[in-house]
Amino acid sequence: MHIMEGFLPAEWCAFWYALAIPVLIYGAWKTKKEIERDPKAKSLLAVSLGFIFVLSALKLPSVTGSCSHPTGTGVAVVLFGPSVTAFLSSIALLYQALLLAHGGLTTLGANTVSMGIVGPFFGFIAYKALKKFNLTAAFFSAAAVADFMTYVVTSLQLALAFPASPGMEGVMFSAIRFLEIFAVTQIPLAIIEAFIAVLLLRSIRTYSPEVIPA
Amino acid sequence: MRPNKILLLVLPVALIALSGAQEWKGTDDIAEGAIAELSPDYKPWFSPIFEPTGELEGLFFSVQAAIGGFLIGYFLGKHDRES
Repeated sequence: MHIMEGFLPAEWCAFWYALAIPVLIYGAWKTKKEIERDPKAKSLLAVSLGFIFVLSALKLPSVTGSCSHPTGTGVAVVLFGPSVTAFLSSIALLYQALLLAHGGLTTLGANTVSMGIVGPFFGFIAYKALKKFNLTAAFFSAAAVADFMTYVVTSLQLALAFPASPGMEGVMFSAIRFLEIFAVTQIPLAIIEAFIAVLLLRSIRTYSPEVIPA
Repeated sequence: MRPNKILLLVLPVALIALSGAQEWKGTDDIAEGAIAELSPDYKPWFSPIFEPTGELEGLFFSVQAAIGGFLIGYFLGKHDRES
């Protein structure tokens, strides 16, 4: 789940916006470049965005008795890398902030950093590290890691804004509290998401092997 | 069906069965409670410009999934038709 509207102090909203905006601008520019370089990229961009839309619309129950939703960023990050993924994620986040009161405009910067940038970035590293050995395992890890790390970042963002006591110790205490809420719930969802992402990425690779060079 | 597809169907069902009957509170609501506990003085300083009612929320979530499903289906299908 994204950070709710108004639930980050203004200075933290500004801080995360300041981090997100340059990446978004670069991501939008890179998206344009991809289309210019190869018009076929448009289809894959649409599929990547579609996957983010579908997966982040699913509220799934988890073993903790609470529910959360997957992020769907794994496919985009495998096909286009983290900056394009950030740009595509922000579209889904904006939709949810405006129409669903899910996430929010003030917290859009923070949510873009978690779901669009840092989560997918770790997924991308996992993908790069594993793709030499086994492509399916690499797809799986990309999606699972991107999903899970998104919520680790969300937890840390909330811990930084709401430390239990002043100083590092308070941040750590709060971080554990929020990780228990978000990260634990997310583990099974990240695994389910990864299975679906593997199916989609494998069928994309069957259609056009050239887009995912081994 | 291939084993991984069967697993895909079984996994979510098993997950729900394992967790038993619950309210399925959203993690964001639970986090809201944690924030109230950690910083009792904190007041949200901005509220959503538009907040859908329960039915509308369901509708917009479905529309979001439908847009996504359409994008995936249309463009994968387009590729099929062209090759």
